[in-house]
Amino acid sequence: MNLHEYQGKQLFADYGLPVSKGFAVDTPEEAEEACKKIGGDMWVVKAQVHAGGRGKAGGVKLIKDPAEAKTFAEHWLGKNLVTYQTDENGQPVAKILVETCTDIADELYLGAVVDRTTRRVVFMASTEGGVEIETVAEETPEKILKAEIDPLVGAQPYQARELAFALGLNGDQVKQFTKIFLGLSKLFHDKDLALLEINPLVITDEGNLHCLDAKLGLDSNALYRHPDLQAMRDPSQEDEREADAAKWELNYVALDGNIGCMVNGAGLAMGTMDIVNLNGGKPANFLDVGGGATKERVAEAFKIILSDDNVNAVLVNIFGGIVRCDMIAEGIIGAVEQVGVNVPVVVRLEGNNAELGAEKLASSGLNIIAATSLTDAAQQVVKAAEGK
Amino acid sequence: MSILIDKNTKVICQGFTGGQGTFHSEQAIAYGTQMVGGVTPGKGGQEHLGLPVFNTVKEAVEKTGAEASVIYVPAPFCKDSILEAANAGIKLIVCITEGIATLDMLEAKVKCDELGVRLIGPNCPGVITPGECKIGIMPGHIHQPGKVGIVSRSGTLTYEAVKQTTDHGFGQSTCVGIGGDPIPGSNFIDILEMFENDPKTEAIVMIGEIGGTAEEEAAAYIKANVSKPVVSYIAGVTAPPGKRMGHAGAIISGGKGTADEKFAALEDAGVKTVRSLAEIGDALKEVTGW
Repeated sequence: MNLHEYQGKQLFADYGLPVSKGFAVDTPEEAEEACKKIGGDMWVVKAQVHAGGRGKAGGVKLIKDPAEAKTFAEHWLGKNLVTYQTDENGQPVAKILVETCTDIADELYLGAVVDRTTRRVVFMASTEGGVEIETVAEETPEKILKAEIDPLVGAQPYQARELAFALGLNGDQVKQFTKIFLGLSKLFHDKDLALLEINPLVITDEGNLHCLDAKLGLDSNALYRHPDLQAMRDPSQEDEREADAAKWELNYVALDGNIGCMVNGAGLAMGTMDIVNLNGGKPANFLDVGGGATKERVAEAFKIILSDDNVNAVLVNIFGGIVRCDMIAEGIIGAVEQVGVNVPVVVRLEGNNAELGAEKLASSGLNIIAATSLTDAAQQVVKAAEGK
Repeated sequence: MSILIDKNTKVICQGFTGGQGTFHSEQAIAYGTQMVGGVTPGKGGQEHLGLPVFNTVKEAVEKTGAEASVIYVPAPFCKDSILEAANAGIKLIVCITEGIATLDMLEAKVKCDELGVRLIGPNCPGVITPGECKIGIMPGHIHQPGKVGIVSRSGTLTYEAVKQTTDHGFGQSTCVGIGGDPIPGSNFIDILEMFENDPKTEAIVMIGEIGGTAEEEAAAYIKANVSKPVVSYIAGVTAPPGKRMGHAGAIISGGKGTADEKFAALEDAGVKTVRSLAEIGDALKEVTGW
């Protein structure tokens, strides 16, 4: 789960980090009002969506008149912002962040992730702020400085100083950087973050460090212990079908093909997509029904798969380990009858009582093709999708 | 010989009297695993499935001499359970639970390393040495004692590989599910090293998936250290970037962790790769000449 910039900045402020004074607003009138509340004669208005690249897409604007904030909000609220990080539909804008304007002398980058190789939270800092860090990592990896955090002792001030001096900071800036680094590390651990990025971390004309952006990703597995973060969830930024599936503990990811896939196990679900692809078909989705493939969950899975109009055949691939395949077959038959599936369904059952399961499918009188192997299943479903 | 576990391994279960713990302990006992008891705080002194229940792992180890523990407790309590087992003298911890917070795992892993404890999982099917010992949720009946070592990030893909090696008559020495989380207790290299040193393992099947660079690191390790034939399959060639594919660790982020990169690294290391998961058995036959 990701947070909006304004939510991230609230957390930054809670941890004593320097952020701009600002208000997240829902209406054009409030946007204009926010400028007056903040004061001054220049402001920044920023559309709040879960995606980067907002500036280039017109979602960030520098304004000199509160009326412009109103115009900007009128333009964006209720619309979708399309950036290079979104799909072609973009993400809906429901809030605008109105902030004081910051004079920028220089731009730095500061971020942290859980690094899988070193099994540590790793901070990354760079003098190349304001641009995509992936590009910096690709083209000039030597410009990315790193600090590994020991899980048992936490971040230490010396690590901040090492980074600060290497970034070319001086005097008071080193102290400011240390405070930011230690604050971020505490935030990362307190809130179970998965990803944290300040891009850019700017040096103002007065020479002070300032967090101009905030990108935070949370560890979904840890959300149970953070009711404050759960309350920050914005379902409008998430795929509707994926959220629907999650309610039934189904893992669903939409793809752009025409062959619906229903599989038990995440790895096998990916493997099934791959084998469909290998046989000339295009998978319409990833769907893991999980270990307990009950009739109810299979029925829900069918509904979600068929809510995609592109789907014209479905492949069900179940490896019955401990559950019996004849029971799964009954579940599939029940679900197909209940949901009213009108496209051909190819089923491959393997494991416990697989033959009995196949017999039940064959004698059901429904449009269900029982496959003899995984490869056979993939070939059959590709044929069925082509209308053969 | 085999790796990690055999017929002499004494196993306890944490979360023994819960639904999952009960069901899978029954299955393990039926398979012949030397289950010697279980732990459920507050239920110490009771008997469950004909075995003693203890309040603490420490007591269970003292009374039974258990050296391995399997964990079925809910995710929020797993860090505590892992640390309890590690500090009580358990040498092999197999954590089945899915959904453990990443930062919990970072801490648990550091402590396990410090104490010299082998942690398998979490979010995994477990470990099985066919015909001898089954620790986890895998279906025992598809396995057959034999000569292929299998290591995998995915449960159901492991079963597919097991079935194919059984159908071909090769059988398995030991099968290890290292789990689908970003921070696994053991990685491919840990298990590959054991298979390389295990006389009973004659060939290795390694099943990876998108996300992270564990397969690339394993490829470099294989190139330098593994003399036995290795067959590998990587799931997720068709997975879109930026989407988590079921497993917490299965995500292509920042353009990194694609299946194509992993296939390329493994092929460069001399590993026989297959693009279809249905071809694992045939590929083994081809590289071993069996």
